[in-house]
Amino acid sequence: MSQNRPGPTDDPAALRATCFVVTGAFVALFLVLPLVTVFAYALRSGLEAALASIATADAWSAITLTLIVAVISVPLNMLFGICAAWAIAKYDFKGKTLLMSLIDLPFSVSPVVAGLAYMLIFGLQGWLGPALRDWNIKVVFALPGMVLATLFVSLPFVARELIPLMTDQGRDEEEAAVSLGATGLQTFFRVTLPNIKWGLLYGVLLCNARAMGEFGAVSVVSGHIRGLTDTLPIHVQVLYDGYDFIGAFSAAALLALIALLTLVIKSLLEWRYADEIAAIYQS
Amino acid sequence: MSAVGGKAELVWREPSAIPGKGLTFGCTILYLSVVILIPLAAIVLRPWSNGIGGFVAILTSPRVLAALELSYVTAAIAALLNTFFGLVVAWTLTRYRFPLRRVVDSVIDLPFALPTSVAGIALSALYTHTGWLGAPLAAVGIDVAYTRLGILVALVFIGLPFVVRTIEPVLAEMSLEAEEAAATLGATRYQTLFRVVLPALAPALVTGSTLAFARAVGEYGSVIFIAGNLPMVSEIAPLLIVIKLEEFDYAGASAIGVIMLITSLSILFALNALQRRLARQ
Repeated sequence: MSQNRPGPTDDPAALRATCFVVTGAFVALFLVLPLVTVFAYALRSGLEAALASIATADAWSAITLTLIVAVISVPLNMLFGICAAWAIAKYDFKGKTLLMSLIDLPFSVSPVVAGLAYMLIFGLQGWLGPALRDWNIKVVFALPGMVLATLFVSLPFVARELIPLMTDQGRDEEEAAVSLGATGLQTFFRVTLPNIKWGLLYGVLLCNARAMGEFGAVSVVSGHIRGLTDTLPIHVQVLYDGYDFIGAFSAAALLALIALLTLVIKSLLEWRYADEIAAIYQS
Repeated sequence: MSAVGGKAELVWREPSAIPGKGLTFGCTILYLSVVILIPLAAIVLRPWSNGIGGFVAILTSPRVLAALELSYVTAAIAALLNTFFGLVVAWTLTRYRFPLRRVVDSVIDLPFALPTSVAGIALSALYTHTGWLGAPLAAVGIDVAYTRLGILVALVFIGLPFVVRTIEPVLAEMSLEAEEAAATLGATRYQTLFRVVLPALAPALVTGSTLAFARAVGEYGSVIFIAGNLPMVSEIAPLLIVIKLEEFDYAGASAIGVIMLITSLSILFALNALQRRLARQ
């Protein structure tokens, strides 16, 4: 507090005020208010009614299915992310930028287009549809299709976090380990993994949030068989369209709690391990 | 690489001594092909079952044209609004210190973390005639829910983090020296902001708003609840794909899908080219 004179890079008071008002209004109206709405509508008839609507058989099957889909797809995308980051960060080859663009592709493709793609392959009129029907294998309108759609939309998260991190860390430590006689797996588990563990956790956290929350892509391939292929985000839509607002907003509140928990853990990781996490949005 | 004896030779022959190149590279390509490339190829190959004439006929049908126009134009307006809001929010968060700054910074990611169907019903409830924001707005004659404006609101909601998160790291790393130099040379603060800061931010702004646009064009969950979904009026392109799929009109669905996919690919490669050009400078 040595001086109150504005420095050369201080903004004029009018600009500061405008920035604060615009930011405050945007955050309050566009981000906080919708979140408050979810909880307010869920609790409109009291906590008991909200809890009762989550305790129904349909809600439970939606919760279970959401967890099953995440438990299958998150580890797969984690392994892919590690593989892709290892290949990109530890070796030189042509077409590296193209490969990285392809990994980013799900971020710019509509979830509905992703769902459509699987329908065109596994749907009844798709390439493999008739063969799959003869073999009595269900892919779309069943768990495998929903897992595939989830894999598609949540594919980039771990890879995108690990690629810049591992590129930054270079190859010296791994080369030293290998030259001292370590096998590839030993090198990974004893040298690389300790270096990337917080970044990996960060990527897995974001991947999981997307996997549990995906609506569009999964909705297209799910076939909306109530009690069978409804995940929690789809359950929200089914109840809302059926004018069961307490039920819809209670399920939505559960998902919002997961989202908030994700944001809290994400912020803690960013705050505590900033140096060991690559800024994911930095290209 | 002046290691002793045989080791140096080994390093010289094999550019990377780390094992697993074939394995990790192979797995990456295989996985990408199965999960992304082959399915997307199916979309590109599908709409030609009735020849190029059939493809053009689907795309030029009034309902498809209206849906595409609605999606692309609204997404473009949303991206422009997000460019402005994102710039202001990112500036406030990186340059000013205030209580709860960390909390506000975390909340920015909410549209990423919140499932789109949850965002959709929340926005819809807020903006209907009886909603907390819809009621006062209706009183002054502005209808948001079930109109184009409602779609715009949803797209602005989901697009903001793309702009903020792209600009923030650039702003944080930008040194104050250039701004100080401008001030010493007699520039007013506004001149400095518009002639020094804004040009330096331009690539990140373009990248962020393009990402927001890409996301907005393809957005489905948060839009369909607030949109009203009237054919020719408030029916977005992704919804029309879903409707055509439900009618087993695979050729129609994939014709719209191809257009959207081409948009995604062009955006991706344009941004890639921009990054490479910036990296070279």
